[in-house]
Amino acid sequence: MATTTEPAPVQPARVRGPAQDVAGLGISRALGFVAPALLLIGAFLVFPAVWTIYIGITNYRLTGVEAVSPSIVGLSNYTKALNDALFHNALWLTCLFVLGSAVIGQNILGFALAWTMRRARPAVRRTVEALVLLAWILPSTVVAYLWIAFFDRDTGTLNSILGTQGTAWLIDYPMVCLVLFNTWRGTAFSMMLYSSALQAVPPSQLESARMFGASGWQTVRDVVFPHIRGHVLTNTLLISLWTANDFSPFLLTKGGPNHESETVPVYIYNVALQGGELGYSSAISFLLLIANLLVALLYLRLLRRRS
Amino acid sequence: MAGIDIEGLATVYPNGVRAVDGLDLTVAHGEFFALLGPSGCGKTTLLRTIAGLEPASEGTVRIDSADVTRLEPGKRGVAMVFQDYALFPHMTVSENITYPLKVRRVAPATRTAVAERTSGELSLQGLLERRPGQLSGGQQQRVALARAIASKGKVLLLDEPLSNLDARLRLEARTFLKKLQKDLGITTVFVTHDQAEALALADRIAVMQSGKLRQLGSPREVFARPANTFVANFIGSTPMNLLTGSVASGGSVSIAGGSLPAATGSVPVGAEVTVGVRPEYLTLSIGDVSGPSIRGSVVVAENLGTQSLVSVECDGTLIGVTVPEEDEPDPGATVVLTASESRVLLYDKESGELLARQPAPVG
Amino acid sequence: MTPAYVVRRIGFYVLICAITLFFAVPMLWLASAPFDASPGLGVHWPDWTLDNFRETLAHPYAMHSMVNSLLICVTTAVAVTAFAALASYALSRVRLPGRDALLYGLLLLSSVVTGTAAMVPIFVMMFQLGLIDSRFGVALVMTGGLLPAAIFILKDFVDAVPKSYEESARVFGASTGQILRDVVLPVARPGLATILVWAFVNSWGNFLVPFLLIRSIEKQPGAVLLQTFTDEGGSANLSVIPVFSLLFSIPVVVLYLLVNSRYGFRFHGGIKS
Repeated sequence: MATTTEPAPVQPARVRGPAQDVAGLGISRALGFVAPALLLIGAFLVFPAVWTIYIGITNYRLTGVEAVSPSIVGLSNYTKALNDALFHNALWLTCLFVLGSAVIGQNILGFALAWTMRRARPAVRRTVEALVLLAWILPSTVVAYLWIAFFDRDTGTLNSILGTQGTAWLIDYPMVCLVLFNTWRGTAFSMMLYSSALQAVPPSQLESARMFGASGWQTVRDVVFPHIRGHVLTNTLLISLWTANDFSPFLLTKGGPNHESETVPVYIYNVALQGGELGYSSAISFLLLIANLLVALLYLRLLRRRS
Repeated sequence: MAGIDIEGLATVYPNGVRAVDGLDLTVAHGEFFALLGPSGCGKTTLLRTIAGLEPASEGTVRIDSADVTRLEPGKRGVAMVFQDYALFPHMTVSENITYPLKVRRVAPATRTAVAERTSGELSLQGLLERRPGQLSGGQQQRVALARAIASKGKVLLLDEPLSNLDARLRLEARTFLKKLQKDLGITTVFVTHDQAEALALADRIAVMQSGKLRQLGSPREVFARPANTFVANFIGSTPMNLLTGSVASGGSVSIAGGSLPAATGSVPVGAEVTVGVRPEYLTLSIGDVSGPSIRGSVVVAENLGTQSLVSVECDGTLIGVTVPEEDEPDPGATVVLTASESRVLLYDKESGELLARQPAPVG
Repeated sequence: MTPAYVVRRIGFYVLICAITLFFAVPMLWLASAPFDASPGLGVHWPDWTLDNFRETLAHPYAMHSMVNSLLICVTTAVAVTAFAALASYALSRVRLPGRDALLYGLLLLSSVVTGTAAMVPIFVMMFQLGLIDSRFGVALVMTGGLLPAAIFILKDFVDAVPKSYEESARVFGASTGQILRDVVLPVARPGLATILVWAFVNSWGNFLVPFLLIRSIEKQPGAVLLQTFTDEGGSANLSVIPVFSLLFSIPVVVLYLLVNSRYGFRFHGGIKS
C-alpha cells in the first residue's frame, strides 16, 4: 500500500436514498434472489400444467404417426371421456377411495387417536404415535411391499391371523385393501392436526363439562367440536385432495384385476404410458387439475376466513 | 460538535400516512434527549429516520454538521440500541460487542481489547463467552449498550431502552443509563412512551403527537408549564386538572363555583378559557382563607404512598389535589382549594394552546 | 370404581391395543424377514442369519440404486434449500411488486399441480428435452415440485425472525453481503436444516417421477428398483427384497428422528404430496 499517497476523494452523498428493506437488498437484487426459484417452478410446474390444456385437445400419441405430427382435435377427447365407461369407473373408484380412506378412515381414526392419546400414559402415547408416524414416513414403495406381503394369498400375515389361507385379498377385494392401506398410511397427518387443534380447546371448558357430568361423547359433541369445526373441514379437504391424487394404488394392484381398482391417477398412467394415448390422458389430467383447483380454492378461502 | 440538526423532516409511508410531519429539532452535543409521546405519535419513526432505517421524504438530517439524509445507515456514524436489543443469538457476548469492529475489519487483537474494556465499563466481566440466551434481561440490555458504545458512533440512539425490563429492574437500569450517558458525554436520543422515564432521564424532552412536535423543553418546563392541553394531559403521574372557566377581573379566573389567581395578561375579562392546574400545585385547607379560592367537599382519597390524591367535588366538577399523607381529610369534609398565581395556567378553549405569557415559576 | 367404569376402561384399552396392532402388524415383516434364513412373505420368528445382507450387498443393482437415490436426493435437497432460501428471504423482507399475488399463486400451485395430474406433460416435456433416463432430469422435476411449499415454509420461518437483527447490523455499517453471511444465514440455520431434510425425505420416497423418467435399471433409484424387484416376482428375490426395504427405509427414519430431536419439529403438514 506504499504507493497510495493521495487520500481517496470524499464520496458525495448518493442521490438515491438507502434501500428501504432491512438488509439493504434493494428491489433489483431481491428479484435476482427470487428468479431462480421462479424459473424452476415455471418450467417444471406451471408450464406442464398449462401444456396439459394444449395436449388435451390434440390426438398426440406415444408412438405412430400422431407421435410425430399430432393434430388438433378440439374437444373430442372430452366428449370421449364423457362416454368412456372405464373413465366413469375410475371416477367412481376414486370417490370410493377418497370417501373410505380419507373422509372416513383417516379422519375418524386420526381424531380418535388424538382424543384418546391426549390423556394416555406418556409411554403408551409415544409408542402409538411413533408407530402411526412410521407408517407415514416410510417410503411408499416399501410400504406397498409390506402390504403386498400382508395380503399375500399363501403365506400372508392376514390369512395367518384369520386362518383363511388361499384368499387372494388383493384380487378378490382390491378396493377394500386399498382403503385399508391408505387409512394406515395417512392417518398420521390427521392425528397430528387434531392433536394440535385439541390443545387449543380451553381446558376450563372441558373441566366444566366434566363437572356437569357430561359423557365423553357429549363433551366431544358440545364442547370440542365447535372449537375444531374449522380444522375438521380443512383437514378433510387436504387429505381428500392428496388421496385423490395418490399414485400408490398402482404399487399395490396396478389398477387390476380387470380395472377393479383403477383410480383416476392409475387410469391416467395406464392410458398414457401403457395405451400411449397422450392426448386423451392429458384431457383427463386437466379435469383432475380443475378438481384440485376447486378444492384448493375452497381450502384457502376457509383458511383465510379463520385467520 | 456532534449535534443533530433536523430541518423540515417528514417521513411518509407508502400508504400515505405522515408518520413524521415537518419537524425542526436540534439536539446539542452531549445532550441526553428524549422523544416522548403516545404510541403511534411518530417518535420511533423519527428515531429510525435519524438512523437511516426509514427514508426521509422531505427535509434534512445533519449529524455533526454533515448532511446524512441520503446516506446508508452504516455511514452516518450513529449507534443504535433496539427495543428488543437485537443481540445476535449465535454469537457470544464478546462477538456481539465487537461485531461493529469486525464489519470494519479491525484486527482481532484490537477487538478483544475493546471487548475487555467495554465489558468492564458496563459491568459485564465474566460474561464475555456466554450467549445472549444465557443472560438476564438487564445483562442483555447492557450488552446491547456495550455494542453500541464499542461501535464508536458520534450519536447514540435508544429505542424504548427500558421497556423490556421488569418494573424493579427498570429503576436500577434508569439510574445506570443516566450515569453512563453523563460519563461518556455522548449525544443520545432515546424514545419512550413513559413520561416518568423521560422526566427522570432527559436533559430535554420533545413531546410528539401525530408526527408533530407539541412541546420542546427541559423536564421542569414540560412538567410545570405544558405548552398545550395535550402535553398537560400526557405529562405527570396524576393527571392535570383541566377545567372550563372564565377570566374575572383583578387577575383571577372563576371556575367550579369559586376562583383562582391567574396571570391573565392580555386575555379580556369574561373570556372563556381552559384552566389547568396540577394536583401537586393546589393547596387544600380546612376553614376560610383569604384571596381567590374554591370550596368543595371531599369525595374520596387515594393513597399514593407519602401523599394522597384527594378528589374534591366543587359545584359539580371533580378536582384532584395531592396532600401529604398526614393531612388526608375525611370523606365528606368541606375543604378550600387555593393555588399560587404562577401555577395556574390558561389555555385557549379552542386550540388548547397556552395563553398569556406568564412569568416562569421559580425553581 | 363402578362396574360401568371398569367396563369402559377395559373397552378403552382393547381399542388402543387394536389400533396399535393395526399399525404394527404390517411392519413386523420389515423387522423379521431381513434376518430370516428362509424369508417368505409371512411373519414368523426368524431363524437368525445375516446371509441376506451379504446377498443384497452383492446384488448387481441394489447398492447401485442406493447411490442413485443419494445422488438424486442430495441434488434435489440442496437445490430446493438454496433456491427456496434466496426466494423466501427476498419475499419476506422486500416489498416486491405483486408479492402477495405471487405467494397466493405459489400456495395454490403447491397443492393443485400434483405429480399425478402433471405426469403426462412432464413426461412429454422431458422426452422432448432429451432428459428421459437422466438422473439430473429427475432431480430437476422434483426440485420444481417441492419449491413452492419449501418457499412457503421458509418464508414463515424468516417472517418470525425479528428484523432488528439485520437493522442493527446495518446501522453498524455491515454491507448487505456481510449481513446475509454473518447474521441472516446463522439465524436461519434451523429453518434451512429443516427444509434440507424435508426435501431429502420427500424426494427419497418419490416413486412416480423416477418411474416415469428413468428407463435403464442401472440408473434407477431405490424406490423404483424395489418396484422392479416386485414386478419380477418369484421367490428368487425374497432374500434381497426384505433387506433392501429395510436399508432403504433407514435414512428416512434416522433423518426424521434427528430433526425431531434437534429442532422438535414434526413433519410440516400441508406439503407432503
